[in-house]
Amino acid sequence: MTQPPDKDRLEIELLLDGIRRRYGYDFSNYSHASLMRRLDYMRDQAKVTRYTELLDRVFHDEVFFDKLLKHMSITVTEMFRDPLFYQAVREQIVPLLKTFPFVKIWHAGCATGEEIYSMAILLHEEKFLDRVRIYATDFNKYALDAAQNGVYALETMKQNAANYKAAGGKNELSDYYSAGYDLAKIHDFLKEKVTFSYHNLVTDGVFGEMNMVCCRNVLIYFDKTLQDRALNLFADSLRHGGFLCLGSKESLGFSSVAKLFEPLDAKQRIFKKTGENRKNV
Amino acid sequence: MFDALVIGASAGGMKALKTVLSGLPRDFPLAVAIVQHMASHSDSYMAEYLAACCPLPVKEADDKEDFRKGAVYLAPAGYHLLIEPDRILSLSVDPPVNFSCPSIDVLFDSAAGVYGSRLIGVVLTGASADGSAGLKRIKERGGTAIVQDPAGAEVSFMPQSAITAAAPEHIAALDDIAPLLLKLCRQAL
Repeated sequence: MTQPPDKDRLEIELLLDGIRRRYGYDFSNYSHASLMRRLDYMRDQAKVTRYTELLDRVFHDEVFFDKLLKHMSITVTEMFRDPLFYQAVREQIVPLLKTFPFVKIWHAGCATGEEIYSMAILLHEEKFLDRVRIYATDFNKYALDAAQNGVYALETMKQNAANYKAAGGKNELSDYYSAGYDLAKIHDFLKEKVTFSYHNLVTDGVFGEMNMVCCRNVLIYFDKTLQDRALNLFADSLRHGGFLCLGSKESLGFSSVAKLFEPLDAKQRIFKKTGENRKNV
Repeated sequence: MFDALVIGASAGGMKALKTVLSGLPRDFPLAVAIVQHMASHSDSYMAEYLAACCPLPVKEADDKEDFRKGAVYLAPAGYHLLIEPDRILSLSVDPPVNFSCPSIDVLFDSAAGVYGSRLIGVVLTGASADGSAGLKRIKERGGTAIVQDPAGAEVSFMPQSAITAAAPEHIAALDDIAPLLLKLCRQAL
């Protein structure tokens, strides 16, 4: 098997270890291929050729580390990305959630918040938002700030509106934001039910007694070991009968918690927790 | 000896991929990963279409599934497809590269790093420059590069760009690519 030369591997290990020990962020169980693309990009930004030189820069320059941190979670998303998923939530999950007086939803890895507001709009249209608390978490403070602001480029709203309609939206997406210059600002009433907070799936613990956990297109950035950790966290955070929603190409199959779940909609990767919480873990 | 084959296609790619994949035998010994540019909201129609004409199993890649020999994996619409050092498939929703997600360069780059000389890269028809840098990288890492002859390509820009950037060992008409792949696999034994 062709491996990168050992020296390269060692340099990467030193870089990641340095970041972990200096700043507390542990990227060592991230998917290697995407991680390397990002580190190579930052190495180019630092105008150096070696990862050990990048370590030197990151270690001593906090502003540069902030840039790296920001770059580590740059992803592309849309409101109502995968419209059929939101349709499934509307038709299959919401009726079941409505049997509870009050419901807690955890969006883990909420990034810049597009999915949070998609869910809030959907719940509002189902006349259910009043009975919901959404916990939106991310490990990246920049992403979390952006999510909390809820301000997006107006040009993205055309695609978002198309997704919204395809997802079974009942009004117009433009009912939910005000447009000014080239920006769209999400209406405040959609934020009132959302609690934004810092949480790192790599190092932090359980988020208790959730009825639903959404974590979509976050696990793809983790290796199987870290995926298993996150999925155990979700299993422990969910009530019996709660729902776990993953990205459309993500799976539970590799995880030790797979046996605790049954598919509710296998194609949309929606799972229902039917097994018991593990004890004494 | 080769372990993996990566193919990139853009405009006109469906037909070109059908021609190449239908020429591979059931016992084709390499793991095959494909990026075909498409709209980010496409469904999985392409996998079904290609599965119907290819003797090998064809599927859209799931995150972290094994990259198996004798099987064909397609990048899903709206995701980059990458190969991990332990030869499993990985997806990302990183920003587009060369205006494309999935991007051919992203797949080729990661595959070149993992497979080195045991990799074949193929660039087919298209109107994009995506794949050129990736094919160059495959060659730099000792892999083998094949480009569809622009003269017969439905859209010549992408293969022409790849030829200029990577100086591939093989430039072949579409119908000759599957036989060439078989020949390369046999020679390498």
